[in-house]
Amino acid sequence: MALALDGVSVEVTGATLVRELSLTVESGEVLGLVGPNGSGKSTALRCVYRALRPTTGAVLLDGTDLTALSLRDSARSVAAVAQDNHTELDFTVAEVVALGRFPHHQGGGALSEHDRLLCQEAMRRTDITHLADRGVLSLSGGERQRVLIARALAQQPRVLVLDEPTNHLDVRHQLELLSFVRHCGLTALVALHDLNLAAATCDRLAVLCGGTLVAIGPPADVLTPELVQRVFGVRPTVVTHPHTGVPQLLYTLTGENNP
Amino acid sequence: MTLTKTTADHPPARPTRTGLALPVLALSLTLVVSVVAGVALGPTVVPLPDTLRYLGAALTGGTIGADEVSSYSVIWQVRAPRVLLAAVVGAGLSAIGVAVQAMVRNALADPFILGVSSGASVGASAVVSFGLFAGLGVYALSAAAFLGALAASALVYLVARNRTGVAPLRLVLVGVALAHGFQALMSVIVFFAPFGEAARSVLFWLLGSLGSATWGALPIAGAAVVVAVVVLVRSSWSLDVLAMGDETAASLGVDAEALRRTLFLLTAVVTGALVAVSGAVGFVGLVIPHLVRILAGAGHRGVLTIAPLAGAIFLVWVDLAARSLFAPRELPLGVITALIGVPVFVTLLRRRAYLFGGR
Repeated sequence: MALALDGVSVEVTGATLVRELSLTVESGEVLGLVGPNGSGKSTALRCVYRALRPTTGAVLLDGTDLTALSLRDSARSVAAVAQDNHTELDFTVAEVVALGRFPHHQGGGALSEHDRLLCQEAMRRTDITHLADRGVLSLSGGERQRVLIARALAQQPRVLVLDEPTNHLDVRHQLELLSFVRHCGLTALVALHDLNLAAATCDRLAVLCGGTLVAIGPPADVLTPELVQRVFGVRPTVVTHPHTGVPQLLYTLTGENNP
Repeated sequence: MTLTKTTADHPPARPTRTGLALPVLALSLTLVVSVVAGVALGPTVVPLPDTLRYLGAALTGGTIGADEVSSYSVIWQVRAPRVLLAAVVGAGLSAIGVAVQAMVRNALADPFILGVSSGASVGASAVVSFGLFAGLGVYALSAAAFLGALAASALVYLVARNRTGVAPLRLVLVGVALAHGFQALMSVIVFFAPFGEAARSVLFWLLGSLGSATWGALPIAGAAVVVAVVVLVRSSWSLDVLAMGDETAASLGVDAEALRRTLFLLTAVVTGALVAVSGAVGFVGLVIPHLVRILAGAGHRGVLTIAPLAGAIFLVWVDLAARSLFAPRELPLGVITALIGVPVFVTLLRRRAYLFGGR
């Protein structure tokens, strides 16, 4: 077992954002977190990458409570691409990727040859080597997202946490990014809005609604018309992808002929 | 038909940055030359060989002729501490400017955004108008300004703070709001001052001046700036991480709240110390960080290494201009920093593809 959330609840100013959430992400598994806006996906992920402390419950990494580790220690195991990545300073791509090496150093310290190789490898895997000396503020959305993934890879994590990584990306970049997550071999916890992409990417899906886990399992078991209707308030037609065999949802606009 | 030249999709890639050694060496040499020039030049120009001889005599305990005593005391007692203080203040404001911009993640922040200068001005105006702290003699103004600055910073911090900590934008808003309050308080103090000259003195002090620089003022200000620069350069990688936002910082192992507390404390104390000896020299702490980023990129290690040197050189020349242009009258430093800095800044901003906060 790699990562486990054990009865995690998060309360902020009296509101319960996540309630008694328990799930495990097996080693090498890609687990998708889906649910409507405000269902607690991001809050749950924040607890995993240490931006938030669970009010009760614990996030366990190989049985160790993350809050028992320093931020730096857990950053050596868990890397994240958060949703808000706005920065005002025009760092170069190479500088941003190198930040992934930060948790592996005590204090300051210059990059070692080993660090440099890891950064180069991360940039090669995300196909951004040619952008190394470009400023990040001049990049397109797809390029920027790849830079952040490269930073996370340079962190050499065991678990990758991605909070809606396909936001603002066109369909090609969405597919490229999720293909990478699918095949990179890392344990990954990914919040996604697009249920079809989630079904194609993830080994299992966990469905959140109002901060509570309502279903978890392989996409084919979870994405039933009844559950989608109950959680998202729309009734889809579920078909099987003719080539890959994963379930895909077809939607109908309201007012159209809906069987 | 001619096609208008289309701008490229992206600005050209910046050249890969070579080490910092070369620029640091060049700037250090420039700083030494600037300091010597600052000491030699002024309303009365002391020839360079004499200047060097006086400085050598003062440092190594050599002898000078009896007829040279007045020139010597101009060089050693008046100008040398003043020029060195200019360098210290320029270096400190530039480094702290970088720190504050990182702390509140705001391009428009400068060392005075936390209400430091207006708080200091309350203390200073109380001294000028009513002779507060008279027991401290010549240090009354500095002491009052420093205490005013610290009190203002502490108040800003406490008001901006809530359960989850100090959010950057709240800090800026509270700082700006309280600064107006402190300014009003200062105006009231000056308004009720028993003599009319008070307003003029306070205004001059507010715009920054090194006219009262003595050797006594140097060690504290110098030590504060050295400590600040060392701490900041050592934290430069953490500052890079902080610039990515609090959540990403947490995921990379940096406690943004704790780092921001450290930065706040450092900023308040060092800026307070600088304001105490030089008044509120505007513009340096805002613009030197940007200038350095334009030329050297955004990485804090480079910026924090180069900005203090650049700021020191800049303020040495600014102070020279302030005391020479309309001698024997002195211009406030803030006037000159703006007159020189604004055009230079605007030119560089337009010439280079400088991105700050997006296109």
